[in-house]
This record gives sequence, structure tokens and C-alpha cells, in this order.
Amino acid sequence: MTSTDVKSQGPQAIYEAYLAEGRFMIQRARSTGEYLFYPRVATPSGATDLEWVEAKGTGTLYAITVNRSRQGNWNVALADLDEGVRMMSTLPGVETAPIGARLVARIERGEDAPRVVFDLAEGAEA
Amino acid sequence: MSGNPRDLRGEAAIVGMATAGTGEAPGFSAMELLGQAAVAAVGDAGLTLEQIDGVFAATSSHAFPTMSVVEYLGLRPRFFDGTNVGGSSFELHLLQATLALKAGLCDAALVCYGSNQRTAGGRLVSMSEPQWHETPYNPRHPITAYALAASRHMAEFGTMREDLAEVALAAREWANLNPEAFARGPLSKDDVLAARMISDPLTKADCCLVTDGAAAVVLTRADRARDLHATPVYLLGAGAANYHRSIVEMPDLTTTAAADSGPRALEMAGIAREDLDLVMLYDAFTINTILFLEDLGFCSKGEGGRFVRDGRIAPGGELAVNTNGGGLSCVHPGMYGLFLIAEAVTQIRGMAGERQLEDCNLALCHGNGGTLSSQCTAILGAEAAL
Repeated sequence: MTSTDVKSQGPQAIYEAYLAEGRFMIQRARSTGEYLFYPRVATPSGATDLEWVEAKGTGTLYAITVNRSRQGNWNVALADLDEGVRMMSTLPGVETAPIGARLVARIERGEDAPRVVFDLAEGAEA
Repeated sequence: MSGNPRDLRGEAAIVGMATAGTGEAPGFSAMELLGQAAVAAVGDAGLTLEQIDGVFAATSSHAFPTMSVVEYLGLRPRFFDGTNVGGSSFELHLLQATLALKAGLCDAALVCYGSNQRTAGGRLVSMSEPQWHETPYNPRHPITAYALAASRHMAEFGTMREDLAEVALAAREWANLNPEAFARGPLSKDDVLAARMISDPLTKADCCLVTDGAAAVVLTRADRARDLHATPVYLLGAGAANYHRSIVEMPDLTTTAAADSGPRALEMAGIAREDLDLVMLYDAFTINTILFLEDLGFCSKGEGGRFVRDGRIAPGGELAVNTNGGGLSCVHPGMYGLFLIAEAVTQIRGMAGERQLEDCNLALCHGNGGTLSSQCTAILGAEAAL
């Protein structure tokens, strides 16, 4: 018996395919309820019965930096999703933001592949 | 039968050490610099290249570093290990070499590194591959990762840019006592704070140098060491810890795995941190020194910024930290870990000139690799500390 499901793709490709469809999906283990991000084949506890669920799309700013160069400035942020997982992202609408700020995700379609970015939640301080 | 790490305490010693091309070495390749350091270290040990039968290496420019070193120097090792955990590789190699020596898998171990990244392009050379889940956001690692950690430390604990600057100033003051240091001369807090912002909150002055440089050490079993060098420097303890590769997966950006590697090393050495005469911390960025002082227990979590104020880690301060001038002001050729060890050996041998510490018998070398990822701590000691 093989544990590899050759009929489907790996978690990275599936995540990216969902993004291309305009959906921000993350993994959750059915048995333990653990959320997992970035997408992979097992949770740290060893659960492999992973399903894809729509991310709530809300979170909190955990850390942020502004990269500054001759080509321009852009921020790189770590966002803690309300599901309890962390992801790298960016807040394209602001130069920077206070750590702890509430965030809302959206999918941005740029020149490259689609990506999840964040805006400050309504009422949050810019 | 179960093993006990403490059985490794004092089993092996550094009997040879050399550096080469520290700072700028135009006209030399990375391997040429590494070769010079290796030959000099073997000579310092009173051995010949033919006697080297264990090779430990990691570089920023060789996919198979031990193969390249072996071929270049014409060695015929029977044990080799090219484990690459970034800048912390060499603290780990001390442990691996000690294991191999104790097991009789080799009798004379060479640990070596070399880089010409300053004269080859002036940019940090790295074989580090991008992480697919980070790539869409264009992080500029390593600095983006360290800046993220600094941003979190500042938000959580009130650490200030002025505190980060204190780390850079202390490093420069030590470098000013070290003729081999690359960045010497006056540096003020205003200079550091006014330096060009690269990745908030880190300015150019918060970043390590990009230099050339090579270093090598030779280890043998302790029983042989006394016949080879007047001042063997013993490996008393070592510990490693690693939780992540990408900064995204670091569980808490304000606490590194040094919180585990440090106690492991101290436990093996059977010493308390108060016994240490010298603390060498991998200062790729100013925030590193603050994080490692906390994680290794020199102050409590969050207090690192306040701890370094008022010259506490500068010459004449309470705690001797990075007496060579560190990666910030002495040398940082991509992977700096072996230079921590080189300075500890220099101090324990009593050869540090103007910056020499009084009675330096016990030194801690803390290596960091990746983006605050791999953490490896080694405790080195003089005969008196055995």
C-alpha cells in the first residue's frame, strides 16, 4: 500500500490552484481540528487527514518591516490568522501598521501569480 | 546502555587555529583563503596535512564543501561531515568532531571555512533557496527576517532603536582594540541612528559587515592535545536546537532556540553562566545580541535592550561580549560561526593583545544559522577549567 495519492496534487499545488480560482483555502485536520499553514502533508502532531477549508480571512498583525531600496519601499508582514496559523504577507495599502492591528485578507492579482494580501480592518488605526 | 553527553566533556581540544584574509583579500578565491587558514592551523597544531584524517566544513559557495576541501588540500580523511546549518555549522562541527575523535573514527580533525564574498561582489553570498510561501512577498533575507524579529521585540518589550545602537557601539569599541578588525574608527550613537534605513527598524549600522575571510581549527583527543600545543583549548560542552527554517515558522519571534541549546551546552560543561569569562554571540544584526543575551539567560526575556545600555557589553563593561568586534565590526564573510571560536581560542590562549581579558578560562560561543533558525552553543575552556 502506498500513502501517496497520485490522483491528486500536492498541498502546495492545490493551494495555488485555489488561489487562482480566487479562493483563500487552508488545511485542517479532521481528527484533531488543527489548522495548518503553509500547506503540507501532515500536522506537527502527525495528523494526515487534512481537508481544505475556506480561511476566515481575518487576523492580527504579528510583525512587520518595510524593505527600503532604490526600487521603492514595500512592507513584509507576518499575519496571525484567527484560525491560529501564521503566514507571510504584505499590507499593500499602507506604508506600515502597528503590531497588533486587525487585518482582513483579500486576494490580489498582480503581474505574477495571485497572492493573499491584507488590509487594515475597518476602524483600525492606519 | 545509554549515552550521557557529559561523557564528552573535555574529551577533545583545539590544538591549532588560524585565520586568513580577514577583511579584504582581493585576488584570492574562497578556497584559496580557506586553504591558507587550514594549512596555518595544521602548522599551529604541530601536525602535517597528511595527519588530518577528519574534515568538517560548510561554506556559502560549495555544494560539497568537504569534497572540495579534501581535494584542494590533498587530504585522505576517513571521516567527514559537511553538515550545513548556516553560520552555526562550526559550533556543531566541534561537537561532531569530538564524537568522531572519541569514537576513534579519526585522530586529527580539521574544521574550516573560507569566503571571498567582499571582493567577489560585495554582497552576501548564499546558497539559501527561496521558500515558496514567502516568495510572493519578496522578502530580502536575511535582513527581512531579522527586522521582523526586531519589530516584534520592540512592540512586545519596548526595546528601542537606541538599544540596538548600543550593541553596534560596543562592537565597534572592541574592534578599535583589535588590529585585525575590518571596521575601526569612531562611531557615535547618532551615526548609527542616522544610518540608512534598510529594513525597518534595522539600518545599515545594525547589519553585519560583508568581508572576506577564512578560519580553521584542528582538534585532537585531549590526551594527545597536551603534547601538541602549549595551550590546548578544550571543548567542555555543546548543544544544538532547531525549530524552523523559514522565519514564518519560528514559534515566537522574540525567543530563539538558543533557549534550549544554551542550557544543553552549559549542562554538558557542568558550569554556570556566571563562570564564563567571555561570551561570543553571533551578531549578524544588532537584535541578535539582545535575543541571545536573553535566551542564554544573561538577563530575563525582554530585558536585553535595557541590559546592553550604558556600555555593559563594551570594553570595561560588566560582561565581555564579542571582544573581536563581532560580525558587526570585525569580520563577517557570510558564515561567521568559526570566527567566534577563533576569538575564544585567542582569548583563552592569552594572545588577544590590547583587548585581552584577564584570566580568560571559559568562553561561550553561540552560533546562529539561517533566519534565527539553527542555534548551536559551544563552551570552550582552558586546562584550568577542566
